[in-house]
Parts: sequence; C-alpha cells; structure tokens
Amino acid sequence: MNPDTQVRPYPTRRTLLKTAAVLSVPALGGCVTAGKSDDKVADAGAEKTAENPLGVKADSPLEVVVFKGGYGDEYAVKAEATYQQKYPQAKIDHKGLQKVGEAMQPRFVAGTPPDVVDNTGAGRLDIATLVGASQVTDLADLLDAPSLDQPGRKVRDTLLPGVVDDGTFAGKTVALNFTYTVWGLWFSKSLFAERGWTYPKTWDEMVALCGEIKKAGVAPWTYQGKYPEYINDPLLSMAAKTGGADLVKAVDNLQPGAWKQDGLVQAATAFAELAGQGYLMSGSEALSHTEAQAAWCQKKAAFIPCGSWLESEQKGVAPAGFDMVMGTVPARSSSDKLPVTAVQAASSESFLVPAKAKNPAGGQEYLRILFSKQSATAFAEANSTLPAVAGATDGLTLSSGLGSVRDAVTAAGSDTFTYRFRTWYAPLAKAVDDATGELVNKRISPADWSTRIQKAADAVAKDSTVTKFTR
Amino acid sequence: MRHGRWRFLLGALVPALVLHVVFVLSPYAQAFWLSLTDWTGVAGEAQFVGADNYVRLGGDSLFLDAVRNNALLLVVVPLVTIAVGLFLASMLRTSSPRLGQGYRIVYFFPQLLSLVVIAVLWGFVYNPNTGLLNSGLRALGLGGLAHSWLAEPAFALMAVMAVLVWSSVGFYVVLFSAAIEGIPRELFEAALLDGAGKWATFSRVTLPLVRETVQVAFVYLGIAALDAFAVVQVMTVGPGGPDGATEVIGLSLYRTAFTYGKFGYASAMGVALFFATLTLAVLALRSGRRERLELA
Repeated sequence: MNPDTQVRPYPTRRTLLKTAAVLSVPALGGCVTAGKSDDKVADAGAEKTAENPLGVKADSPLEVVVFKGGYGDEYAVKAEATYQQKYPQAKIDHKGLQKVGEAMQPRFVAGTPPDVVDNTGAGRLDIATLVGASQVTDLADLLDAPSLDQPGRKVRDTLLPGVVDDGTFAGKTVALNFTYTVWGLWFSKSLFAERGWTYPKTWDEMVALCGEIKKAGVAPWTYQGKYPEYINDPLLSMAAKTGGADLVKAVDNLQPGAWKQDGLVQAATAFAELAGQGYLMSGSEALSHTEAQAAWCQKKAAFIPCGSWLESEQKGVAPAGFDMVMGTVPARSSSDKLPVTAVQAASSESFLVPAKAKNPAGGQEYLRILFSKQSATAFAEANSTLPAVAGATDGLTLSSGLGSVRDAVTAAGSDTFTYRFRTWYAPLAKAVDDATGELVNKRISPADWSTRIQKAADAVAKDSTVTKFTR
Repeated sequence: MRHGRWRFLLGALVPALVLHVVFVLSPYAQAFWLSLTDWTGVAGEAQFVGADNYVRLGGDSLFLDAVRNNALLLVVVPLVTIAVGLFLASMLRTSSPRLGQGYRIVYFFPQLLSLVVIAVLWGFVYNPNTGLLNSGLRALGLGGLAHSWLAEPAFALMAVMAVLVWSSVGFYVVLFSAAIEGIPRELFEAALLDGAGKWATFSRVTLPLVRETVQVAFVYLGIAALDAFAVVQVMTVGPGGPDGATEVIGLSLYRTAFTYGKFGYASAMGVALFFATLTLAVLALRSGRRERLELA
C-alpha cells in the first residue's frame, strides 16, 4: 500500500478548525469592558452669565433621551422647543424610547451617552449602580441656578419637599425626578357617601369600618397581590408614622435591629390581623395590578393601596361618578411621632445628565427649562399627574383623584417621608416584598416577618460588594 | 487546484464563521471572563474578583431555590411531556387518517403561539376569582378544589409545569407521530397476529423503535426545563414567587443583572447554567448510545 497514491482532501477538518480558531482570536478581544479610556471630550462651556447661568455653548448639539411611557414625550419635546428658541444654533436630537435601560446601557459602557437621560420605566438602569460607576453628573450647579420663570428663586427652592433628597446619593444630587408620587389608600367617594362610610383616621377605626363593610357584602380591601410591593407601602407608611423619621433612617441606614423596631412590628401585626380577619378580598394574592384595580373599580372591594398614578391608570376602567380619592394611611397609635396627615411621597421619572455627556451644561440647561413652572403646569394639565415643581397645579381645575392628592400634599406640609432602601438596595426590597406577601397570606407571623427582613438587611450590610449610602 | 479550493472554502466559510464568533462565541467567552469580575453593567471597566461570584452562588438562598425548582422541572416536565406525547401519538396511529391529521393540527396550535402569549393566557386561566379553571371547578360542583393556583406555594410550581407541558406536548406529538409512521406497517401487523394487545404493541414495538427520537426529545425538553424563564417571568406572583416557590435560574440571572446591576455575578449564574445544560445533553445522549436497533 502506498499512502501517497491515496487522494487526501487537502483542507482537512482539522486544518479548517485550526484556521477558524486563529481567525476568531482577534474578534474575541473586543470585549464589553474594553472601553476604559477616559478621555473626556466634553465642551468646556461658555461663560456663565445671568441669562446663561450654566454656561451653555450656544452651538453645542444636545441629545435628549426620554422614556415614552404613560406620559408620552410631548412634554419633553416642548421643553426642547424652548431650548431651541433660546439657542437657535444648537442641533437637538430627541429620542422617545420605551426601553431606556436597554438602549442606554451600551452607550454608558462605551462612554458615549447622550446629554440628558430620563431613566424611567421597566428595565431602567439601576441608579445606585450608575452612581457607583461614576456615570452621572453632580447637578449642584443646576440646583443653585436661578429658576427660569420664578424670579428670585433657585431651582432647588422651586421643588416639592423630598425631590432633591430623592436624587441625592452619597451627598451628591445626581438625578432630578419630574413627577411627584404620593402613596395612600384609595376609595370611591360616591360609594362611601352612598353607604354612609367615613374614611378612618386611626387603625382601630379602620378595623371597625372593615367589619361594617364586610357585613355589607363588600370586601374591605383588595391589593395587587401579584406584586406584593403594593401592600408594602401602607404597611411601611404606618410604621413610619409611628416611629417617625428616626425609624425610616434606621431602616435606610441598615442599622442592626432596624426591622425589629416597634413601629414596624406593630404595623406588620396590623396587616396580619387585617388578613386574619378575612378583610382582604379572597384571591387578591394572585391578582395583577390591573385585575385587582378593576375589581376595586367594580366596587367589589372598598380600599386599595396605590400611588397617585392610580387615577390616570384607571381611566376608562373606573365607571362614571366613581370619584376616586386618596386617603392617608390611618395612624396606628395615639402616640405616633408623625401626624396622620403625613404621607409617603417620592418623586419619580428620573432625569439625569451622564458624567460622560458631550454637552453637560446644555443637559442641565435643558433640565432647568423642563423644571420651570410653565413646563410643569403644562405637564400636569396634560397628564393629570402632580409634577415635582411646587405650585404647578395652582389655579388648575383638577379631577377628584388628583385634587385629593394635591390636598394631601398640602395638608402634609413638610411631614412627608420616603424610604430610600428600595432604590439603594434592590435585593433588600425584594426580600421585603416577599416577606410581606407571605405575611398577608398568613404563612408567616409578624415576628417572622421582621426576623426574615432583618436577616436580609444584615446580609446587605455585610456585603462588601454593595455600595452603601446613608441619610 | 488546491489553491482554488482553499479560496472557495474560505469564501464560503469565513462570513458564517465571523458571524458565529462575534455573536455566539465571543459573548460566551466574555461571560466566562465577566463571571470572574464585579462588572456592574454600566461601567467601562471591571475588577477581577476571582472565584468570589461562584462562592456566593452557594450561599444565595434564592439561587438555591431556583436550582431546586429547575431540578424539579427537569424531572417532571420531560417525563410528563414525553409520556403524554407518546400516548397521543400512538393513539393517532390507530385512529382514522383524517381524524388523526385534524388532531395533529390541533395539538400543534400551542406551538404557534409565542411563549409570552401562552403565559398571559394561562395567567387568566389561573385567576382565582374569574379564571377558567376555578370557574370550571365551581360549575362542576367541585368548588372545594378551587385554589389560588399561582399564589399558593404548594401549587404555583405545578401550575407552571402544567403550562410548560401544555405548550410543548403538541410539538412532540407531531415528532413522535412522524417517527411512528417510519416504522414498517408489517411489524404492527405481525404483533397483531401474534395476539399482542395495545399496551404490548406499544411497549414492545413502538417504543423501542422510536427510542432515538425520544432521546432527542429528552435533551430538548431538558434544556427547556432548565430555562422556563418566560413563563415564570410573565405568569407568576412576584415574579418567581410566592416567596421563591417558582424561582428559576434564568429569572435569578435576569434580576441580578438588570435589577441589581451585578452583571459579574449574573454571568456566574449563566456559566453555571451553561455547564448544567451541557452535562445534561452529554448524559442524555451517552446513556442511549448502547443498544441501537437496526431495521433490516
């Protein structure tokens, strides 16, 4: 046998694979984390004047990325038009997106983000992570700049209480939230008037009223069981009223034993009782927010916990004359540290200027325009949502829901509170949601509830990979 | 001549290879590297942290819940799907051809729907107050059996399994039917003449002859059971709940990456899942290598 005479296919499988492997090496080199180069090419900016307090260079292009969700993006486009009027040479690039996070992530990684990002909606980028990665600009200059249309006031002073804090991480304000959300318990004013029920001020009154409502054949409460964070809000609100700002701070600062504070255990006990008495509509635990809210609109349940977006969300679902209004969470005890009018309020629709933006001054100037009273009022009118700018709804005729929300904010005055752990420590938020879901389904006791969450909080506190914040 | 051959082969292969390398191999390789870092998903750089992420996996109770649930899915979903699929396919063999054809089309319907649509529809079915399942039970006077299917830890995972089986069984009915049709008619006739009953025909003739197809089905279904992300994400309480009862690795991974901003740790989960899937595929294909029936 002479091997030479055999015909051998020259490119064998082996040589082909080898070639392929060699060819693929350079392609593998292009890794996601290769964008380390930090050569910032941001415009130095123009001179700062009274007319141009942020030093915007008139001809620098501006790129704005806005979440186009329930509020649309018309309001953002309007602010862009005002910017264009002021700086006719600037070329403005507007993008209204649904998945802001997905679209922006690669641009942050590559170091080529836009000048303004509305980091909102499902799949938004975790703001604490962005802060940890130094991807956002300190907005101090903007906050101290004069307001666009309220002479003599700084931008900082035109915002509702808590808005600046909501965007502050480790002492730096890096995001400004455009809408103001208040959480409470919603009910139908007409239903309550018809049945002669009055909204309770204390938890004891609430329990008594629930008994009455149940006798009348209506479920006292329903909640958006598929997403247990909804029932968390009244529970944590009640605890905050009992324990005051100190309780909230202890929780947010991950203090040892924070979740074993009396206010929290008391509130958990209250909700365990609510469930134990059968005052939660059966089946609520598996309902999505749309299903639970629809059942509530059909008057199958009297109360539902929700944020102030509920009214616009239920447009077309709530029957005519339903007249939904928001009440504040009843007081657990007579020795509560905060008055019953206190509300859990936080701002959302989070606007930020990326640290690596090409035109950061322009980005901030854009936000100054967006957060002007005129722009906020137009937004409130179009979306029946409270904007984060104080007094933006003055003089407007409001729907029953939004009116009740505004009244609640006015009545609360400076007694607003908000927990920050949800945005600071997302894994802890998940642990709290899970525990509360179990609590109101009678699968764990209030004591277990606080033990479980404390354990999760301690784990976050111990975890050296998590960036910590304090307030 | 040889030269021309090279050029032709390269011309044909390189575009495909480049695409494969850039969009398939490179992400895999990067995931392996990222799993050893603390990459946040938004930073342009990542710190090497060694095996830390893998060590964390062992102590992450939610991830362990996910592993347990995926393991359960891995046992139940392929077995039930294949059993039902084989049963229906062998029934179809004995039914009239026209009826069989019609059934086959009907069984295939779920395959035409996107998994997300299926999950949404089944979410409605499982609705405790107005859902088809509980309403049906109540209409039959079996109201005592009605449950809050997706909100009770004892039933939630079962409810998810049922959807997974329902959505995939049609495909396997068609696959097995095709395999059964490939069996020579004479074998069935011979079995019939020898007095074999339906069960004997199935277990002695049909099953051994479609063994290879069943094996492939096991691999596919095993991979699907290790995933189950879409159905869980859309349908369950939480999602992944109640309290981790329906958590799956894919969901943990997704949440860790996109909600918690821990892409490094999420990549470690992905790499773990990759090896689990690979092991499964190798084991399933190896186990059946031995006896291979040859049809003369």
